[in-house]
This record gives sequence, C-alpha cells and structure tokens, in this order.
Amino acid sequence: MIATIFLQQSNFINACYIVAFSLFIYGMSGLTGPRTAVRGNKIAAVGMAIAIVATLLTPHVWSGSSTPFLIILGLVIGTAVGMPAARNVKMTAMPQMVALFNGVGGGAVAIIAWIEYRHHFLSGSSFWVEKSEIPTLFAAIVGSISFWGSNIAFGKLQEILPGRPIKLPGQTVINGVLFVICVGSAIVLAAGVHSQALFIIGILFAAALLGNMVVLPIGGADMPVVISLLNAFTGLSAAATGIALNNTAMIVAGMIVGASGTILTNLMAKAMNRSVPAIVAGGFGGAIAAPAAAGAEDRGPVRATSPQDVAIQLSYARQVVIAPGYGMAVAQAQHAVRELEKALEKKGVTVKFAIHPVAGRMPGHMNVLLAEADVPYDLLKEMDEINPEFPRTDVTLVIGANDVTNPAAKNEPGSPIYGMPILEVDQSGSVIVLKRSMASGFAGIDNPLFYEPKTAMLFGDAKQSVSDITSEVQAL
Amino acid sequence: MSTITEIAILVLAAFVGFEVISKVPNTLHTPLMSGTNAIHGIVLLGGLLLMHEAHGILEHALLVIAIAFGTINIVGGFLVTDRMLGMFKRKPDLPEAAAPDELEGGGK
Repeated sequence: MIATIFLQQSNFINACYIVAFSLFIYGMSGLTGPRTAVRGNKIAAVGMAIAIVATLLTPHVWSGSSTPFLIILGLVIGTAVGMPAARNVKMTAMPQMVALFNGVGGGAVAIIAWIEYRHHFLSGSSFWVEKSEIPTLFAAIVGSISFWGSNIAFGKLQEILPGRPIKLPGQTVINGVLFVICVGSAIVLAAGVHSQALFIIGILFAAALLGNMVVLPIGGADMPVVISLLNAFTGLSAAATGIALNNTAMIVAGMIVGASGTILTNLMAKAMNRSVPAIVAGGFGGAIAAPAAAGAEDRGPVRATSPQDVAIQLSYARQVVIAPGYGMAVAQAQHAVRELEKALEKKGVTVKFAIHPVAGRMPGHMNVLLAEADVPYDLLKEMDEINPEFPRTDVTLVIGANDVTNPAAKNEPGSPIYGMPILEVDQSGSVIVLKRSMASGFAGIDNPLFYEPKTAMLFGDAKQSVSDITSEVQAL
Repeated sequence: MSTITEIAILVLAAFVGFEVISKVPNTLHTPLMSGTNAIHGIVLLGGLLLMHEAHGILEHALLVIAIAFGTINIVGGFLVTDRMLGMFKRKPDLPEAAAPDELEGGGK
C-alpha cells in the first residue's frame, strides 16, 4: 500500500528520469574507445529501460478501456520491425538504416506534436497551456522536415531514387518560401489563432515539402553531412517535445543527440572543405560539372597493370597502405581486403589502412566495414595520423576511393574541391588504383592522380581484383 | 517545473553532450550515430504519456504509429549498435592466429 502511494508520487518518476539520463551520459562516454563501447551501449539501454518503466508507472497512463491494448500494440509492432531489421542489416547498408531510424524518430516527434496541438485546439482556450506552444510548433516543423528528408536520403542510399542531385528551377526561392510559410504559420498559431487547417498545411505539410526539397538536390558524396544533419534535427525536435511535455529525460536525451549530430555535421563539412549551408543550398554535381569536363582532356595516358604485377610490387614492399572508399563497400570487397592484408603480413609486409573522414556514405562507414571483416582496429589510421607516413610507404593501394585522394585538392586552386583535406597517397613510392572504369567520382571531378607516372590502374570489380591479387601474393 | 528550469537543463545538457561526444574517435562514428538513433527513441515516452488523452480513431492510430516508431528506434538502435561494436577487435597478441580461431573471437 505504502509502495503504491510512493510509486504515484511524481517525485519517484522524476527521480527515475534523472537516473535514466545519467545512464545515457555515462553510457555515451563509454564510446570514447572500442573496448568500453559495448558496455557503454548496454548502460544507455538500461537507462532507456528505466525511463520507459517509469513512464508506464505514471498515474493515468493506462487509464481508458483501449489504452493498454493500443500501447502494447505499438510496442509490439515496433519490436517486431526493429529487432529483425537490426539483426539482419548488412554493414554496407548501415547508412540507409541510420537514415531510416532518423526518419522514424522525426516522424514520431511530428505525430506527438500534432496530437499536442489537437488537444490544445479542442480544449478551446485562447492561449496554449503555459509554455508548450513554441516547443510544440518547433518540434512539429523540425520533426516533419527530418521525417521526409530522411526518407529521401534513405531512398537515395537504397538506390530507389537516383543518387545524382535532382534540381528544380528556382529551388532556392521555393525553399525560402516554404521556410517562411513554416515560420509564419508558427508565429500566427503561437499568437493565439485557432486553426487546425493552418497547423496541418502551414506547419506539417510545408515542412514535409521543405524536407523533400532540401534533400533531393543533394548528391551521394554529400550524404555523410546530410545524415548527420538530420540526426541533429531529430535530436533537437525530441528535446523540444521534452519541454512541451515537462519530461527531463526527453530534454537531456534529445540534446545529447542534437550535440552529437551537430558535431558530426561540422566534422564532415570540414573534411570536405564545404560549409553546411552550401551543401544544403544545392547539390555538388550541378555547379561544377563544366570545369571538370574541360580539364579532363590533356592529362596524358593512364598506365594499366595486372594482378600479377601488383602482387609482386606488394610482396616486396616494406609498408603498404590501403585507402578504401565507397567503391569497396559497393563491391562488398572488405573480406577480400582482409585476406590480402593477412597474406601480406605473412610475408612480413606492414599493412595499414588510411581512413578519410568522409570515405563512404556516413561518418565512420569504412571502419565498420573493415571491423566486420575482422581487420583489427589498431590498423585503421585516421587521416592526420597516416598522412605523414605516406613518404615512408612503398605502395599505396586505393580501393574504390577517388575524390578523397585527389591531389587537385592541394595543388589546383581552380579545382572545385581545392582546399579539401585529402589522403596524400601521391606522396608514397607508387600508387595502385583499383577502379571499375575511368568514370569520375561522385563529385564529378577528374583525378590527376590517375595520370601520374607512379600510378598504375587495375580495372575491374574491386572484390575480384583484390582476390586475384591475394592468390598471386600467396603463390609467390 | 518552470520554463526557466527546463531551459537551464536544456543548455547544460547541450554542453555535456558536446563535451562527451567530441571525445568519440572517428573509428566509432557509425556506432555513435546508431546509438544516438536509439537514444532519440526516447520520444516513445511522449506517445505513452499522450495515449490515455487521445480521442477518436485518428489520434489513437497516430499514437500507435508514434509508439511503434519510437520502439523501432530503441530496439533497433541499441541492437544494431551492440552488433556493430562487437565487431571491433584489436590485433591479437599472437600475430599468427589461424583464420578459424579468429571467428571464435581472438579479440581482447
């Protein structure tokens, strides 16, 4: 009996929320190293379980005849969808998965904000209860943008939609107008105007269009920035919902996600030497296609090589650096790369991996693929760590990476990627580039690296090429 | 709780978040993203708290969707992060580990 009274005290619930968000923070701080990360993730999950149980113990949560059934229905559907998805997703498909998860999070926020609005609308009071109006409107706009933007990002990554930028004439103007409609509707509603139609059309629908319009023109190479940005949006909208609902766990959790997304967005943009507004304002491809095409003519011939020659070169090297890119993910070549690394180490060759921050389609994408293939993470070197090592490297093997190795970023001021930090593979003794064809990267920029005398090209599917090299190395 | 208190919590949480997350190495950025996906599944609480106030089929259906979305985030996010982090292994102390043994977990 006493316990029941104690459970009904809102103090107990709020204390649980404090425990929950402490565990989130403690768990996330475990992510500073791969060894503590597994435990950190579990601690955060315990925090989440405490937050959910505390919410379910809140008075009236179960009241109403259909409420328990509907709550359990939602939980069961979510588990039934989420669990197999998490178990079965391929590591190459992680960017899509994260985009989708961002999207459903944003969708949930938008729905909750909509319900919140309907309740205030139906209650008929001229002003919303206390302070929940502005956070609710913010959550509705940002959640809706995040939901639709993430769905488009998912479609592009899953290749349901074309990865090339899709542009409409006057895109920037349309986006500006949509943004003004969202903010304007929010101001009108916050000032006390009652209109459900305005909420649905001016807030949810305009924000949905804006989400679509902002992500559609963004090209594949900019995806790491977009995913991080949508991650930040979803987090901030969750924090706003927390203020509207007086829920500290939601405020803190949302802000942690918002901070994480913001940090990653900035890191990714910096690694591409581009500003976030420039990426959001328009695709990479369109504006710079012309100079790229003009520069492509007088580079001279490229030198093609064979797996046998590559195997000999690698086997007699002291240090080999492998620079993987999105091409490795597309070809699912990570396991073949691991076999090659083992074969070379058996011959006494030092092998290291050079990971550019934006290699792949999301932050840290290459690391996860190589970890999946059992490559020890101490061999994975970040850009700043590996760049001083290239002059001491005999052979660099570039597998499906292009723009992140393009020396034009350093020495051609006219190049669209000039100033972007790159892996300085051209500093190594010789370079072997594994590529399907001479097509340019997602940025659509020609790569002078391919025409250098020290560079040899091995054309073909990356997985097949790497396997061929491995068997030649083993045969030597 | 007053608005000012909540904004104070919001601001402090932002600083803590920046402090903690900026120490995460590049290697773990993908698990970081899927882990934060799980944490923003906290919006599930909003769905749970509003369900008993809902009227009509539309609101009930929308909230079931919101709860399902939040649960997908939480269950899927934590599970996939756990799966991913389990793959990160250090170089075994014995460099010449045989391939079949490695599958069993030559980590640590």
